[in-house]
Amino acid sequence: MSALLIDAMSLLCILAGSFFTIAGAIGLVRMPDLFTRMHAASVIDTLGVSLLIVGMMLQAGAGLVSLKLIFVLALFFLTGPVVTHALAQAALHERVEPLLAEDRRAARGQAPPADSEGAPA
Amino acid sequence: MRMISLAAFLFAFWLALSGHYTPGMIAVGAGCAILVALAAWRMRVVDAEGHPVHLLGRAVTYFPWLAIEIAKSAWAVTRVILNPRLPISPTMTTVKASQRSAVGRAVYANSITLTPGTITVAVDGDLLTIHALVRDGALDLEAGAMDRRVRDFEGGA
Repeated sequence: MSALLIDAMSLLCILAGSFFTIAGAIGLVRMPDLFTRMHAASVIDTLGVSLLIVGMMLQAGAGLVSLKLIFVLALFFLTGPVVTHALAQAALHERVEPLLAEDRRAARGQAPPADSEGAPA
Repeated sequence: MRMISLAAFLFAFWLALSGHYTPGMIAVGAGCAILVALAAWRMRVVDAEGHPVHLLGRAVTYFPWLAIEIAKSAWAVTRVILNPRLPISPTMTTVKASQRSAVGRAVYANSITLTPGTITVAVDGDLLTIHALVRDGALDLEAGAMDRRVRDFEGGA
């Protein structure tokens, strides 16, 4: 009975993880520019990956395999933001202009850092 | 003190990855952990930045809070993606990071990036430039709830 319950929870997690991964992929196609696409991608490498790995851990049971899955998850969470930040900054450096509905940088009374300003106001 | 903690963490990591628990193998693992700790010491990276073990206690409350924030905003971004009208309002803004240490600022900037819908695109001193998918995401960060959380997490360093 409890094995069935664990299987059901695992299935639920993996299905939910797949849903968010597919939603992120759809977002990647639908979004209009580089920066907004990165937002869509971050759904995949946070919630999508977490749910998939929790689902796998429920299948693996308590043991070394689950511990290693936690390490994989930790790797995603530590490298993800670094890569995202590097990509965003590289894009700004190359003067890729973000599509903006509103630029609040000037309104906040703080000049954006000169070397990384993407779009002239 | 930090050296001993680093060697202990490395050895625990080795034990978790190895799965072979014969005395000979464990001795090799312990030797490796000590060697790597010594190499790190020689590279002068064993400090509050390279091995921030003093944050471990408060991480127990910060990480679950961050996980819930990530789940909430991932759901919000998913709803925006699947909305047929695609109601995005990309916004750039700047926020001040009030953390005292470099580790605290790095945690704050990375937490922002990790949360779907907001990305830290530039860091200049204590000024973070943020790109948000929707206007509300930028306003939330300007309100500074996460900034205060990270400052508590950083503690009195």
